[in-house]
Amino acid sequence: MSKNVIVAGLTVFVIVALFPFWFNIGNTNAAPEAELSAKAKAAKKCVLDKYDMRANHMSLLDDWRDTVVRDSKRVYKAANGKTFGMSLSTGEDSCMGCHVDKEKFCDKCHNYVSVAPSCWECHTDPKEVTQ
Amino acid sequence: MINKGENFLSKSNRRGFLKAAGISAVAIGAAPAIKAVSAVASGGEATNLPVKTAKIEALTAKRWGMVIDTSKITDEVVESVVAACRNTHNIPDFDHKPDEKKYPNIRPAKKMQEIEWIWEEHYHNAFPEMEDEFLADKFKSLPFLVTCNHCKNAPCVQACPTKATFKREDGIVIMDFHRCIGCRFCMAACPYGSRSFNFRDARPFIEKINPEFPVRSKGVVEKCNLCAERLERGLQPACVEASEGAIVVGDLEDPESEVRAILKENYAIRRKQELGTEPSVYYIM
Amino acid sequence: MLEIAIKGSKKYWIWLGTLLTVMAVAFALYIDQFMNGLMITGMSRDVSWGFYIANFTFLVGVAAGGVMVVIPYYLHDYEKFHRITILGEFLAVASLIMCLMFIVADLGQPVRMLNVLLYPTPNSMLFWDMCVLNGYLFLNIVIGWKVLEAERNQVKPPSWTKPLIYLSIPFAIGIHTVTAYLYCGLPGRGFWLTAILAPRFLASAFAAGPSFLILLCYLVRKFTKFDPGWEAIQTLSKIVCYALIANVFFFFCEVFVVFYSKLPGHMSHIKYLFFGLHGHGALVPWMWTSMILMFTGIVLLIVPAFRNNETLLPFTCIMIFIGTWIDKSLGMISGGFVPNPLHHVTEYIPTVQEIVISLGVLATGLLILTVLFKLAATVKEEVRG
Repeated sequence: MSKNVIVAGLTVFVIVALFPFWFNIGNTNAAPEAELSAKAKAAKKCVLDKYDMRANHMSLLDDWRDTVVRDSKRVYKAANGKTFGMSLSTGEDSCMGCHVDKEKFCDKCHNYVSVAPSCWECHTDPKEVTQ
Repeated sequence: MINKGENFLSKSNRRGFLKAAGISAVAIGAAPAIKAVSAVASGGEATNLPVKTAKIEALTAKRWGMVIDTSKITDEVVESVVAACRNTHNIPDFDHKPDEKKYPNIRPAKKMQEIEWIWEEHYHNAFPEMEDEFLADKFKSLPFLVTCNHCKNAPCVQACPTKATFKREDGIVIMDFHRCIGCRFCMAACPYGSRSFNFRDARPFIEKINPEFPVRSKGVVEKCNLCAERLERGLQPACVEASEGAIVVGDLEDPESEVRAILKENYAIRRKQELGTEPSVYYIM
Repeated sequence: MLEIAIKGSKKYWIWLGTLLTVMAVAFALYIDQFMNGLMITGMSRDVSWGFYIANFTFLVGVAAGGVMVVIPYYLHDYEKFHRITILGEFLAVASLIMCLMFIVADLGQPVRMLNVLLYPTPNSMLFWDMCVLNGYLFLNIVIGWKVLEAERNQVKPPSWTKPLIYLSIPFAIGIHTVTAYLYCGLPGRGFWLTAILAPRFLASAFAAGPSFLILLCYLVRKFTKFDPGWEAIQTLSKIVCYALIANVFFFFCEVFVVFYSKLPGHMSHIKYLFFGLHGHGALVPWMWTSMILMFTGIVLLIVPAFRNNETLLPFTCIMIFIGTWIDKSLGMISGGFVPNPLHHVTEYIPTVQEIVISLGVLATGLLILTVLFKLAATVKEEVRG
């Protein structure tokens, strides 16, 4: 009697636990490529190289925001010699100064991997203001 | 003392460690990046390490202070100072009607939950312990501008359980909006009522967003930051620019500074001096 | 031991169902608060803490009150409390869980809660409050559980529980002292800025906690076969009596200092609470009700004929519980914020949504309390039967 209950319970658990897999059967999508703006393409070099940036941009931004807010330093001379303003969206030398299109550059991948960074709750997408 | 401890703990050692631990848990193969990212304030003699600096044009001081000349404060000055501050820092105006299309079904705002960085008070509210029935007539009607006092011994800094409110080395008491948990202990601690809480999302109530400064998320406390972001770009605070000479900001520790020169010549008082918080905002009477 | 909790009478399940319904409604309203912010509350720029923190403060007291059975039993070998010690400890557990829930409900950014641990800040009293509250909760869960388990197996509790029990005594005093320190160390708030605050908090805690425990003893006797004992209840009522007198005495010490020295910044708050200020007096009837309830409570506990009356005692306890609740939650928080540091009067009135969310927290606490008390009562029945 209790054996059946346990087996049934386990089955339900396994089915529920595997929900993301069976739910997505048939609609596999290719990973999107972030689209570089003309300005970003022309600049060639970013703060870190492409793969470092992909893996670690969140910790870089986290470190930047602490440095700006808590140590009041705003200029970042990267290891590759280029200088940046440590800001997400303020100024030509900020992230959004070069990567002007948030939708194509940020949201595309974030949506794909289902992350919702809280950056934009406070910081302004330059496009939002001009609209 | 508190400040020193904070710097000692946070710079490189602890933060670097946490960060490195966090990253390596996620991406073990990214060792070079970790080095690059966590090399905080290491001086950066080696050319292949990133260097972080302040801007060259930044205005600096040992201890920032403000002097408000009450004789130069008129209703017009008050209005333009408050407006300048609001526009610079994206402070919501709860009288502003939200855009129906962009923000449908917005619940009405409660005026008592509003946000103020610098605002107008009467003498007997700005200096309640100095109330006087025979007070000179001109002070009774005079508008007084009050704001965060950037106290030397700030009770809000002492109260904050996460160091989201902290005192910079240059004396500015500032908020780290990213870290604030919204416990509002600092609001209870402030003896000047200078702090406001974001009871709701501010965006619908901002007429025009200034992209140079962030908006705040709901659930964090905020207050005057002495325009730290403008000082760092070599600009005077917005209130100083709008005040027609009524407000001066400068280095209280520098005997040659303009604020010190004014204080030498005039009788100035500070709010609730008896509390020992050592406000950095002076009022010339 | 937990299996006891899933076997119960129809009444037991109806009660739990009712609590769960309240919790569900409150949770739905909390989700709205979580999404839209604390704008749904009656709090304001001037009164920045409200009903949540008020109840938190009061319940810290109820939790600390449990020590009033632990001290006599463990330090003075007062055998009469043997049966109810576990009830005191479980009451502390339920109260502390409510306290922590109230804190979380009050946070503007609850998802960042762990920042308190990530950036520990010893100069903030809130940091220490977090330490002692969680410490006391942990101690009471471990002690309560182990002692009850030992009783069920009819063996002595493991010897390592003894030092934990002794440690829990300073922790009980500690939680309420540190909670008082949250308020009384703030330079700009005349109402709280008094050294009597921590002693007064403790006194009202030792009145509110044990009086609630007496009520619970009556309920346990009514609904289970376990009898906590009339003599234990009698002793508890004497404790409540002394603590309540101390609470009122401390309050009058404060009133004397404030009104004899005539310091305006200190007088205005008490004036607001009891007489109203600049035409605002939402709390005036509440404060006088509280005073009347506490005074009546003292009279009914001092006179032996009233105190020994088994029918009257629960009503006395209800009066005292409500009286101290008004005094320490409604009055203590609003009184400190009104008038504000610039002497403006902004009153605080909680919204319905805020009250329902608070009821949800209380329902959660009662649910935990019911389950824990059922365990305790059933084990005691088993052992005796």
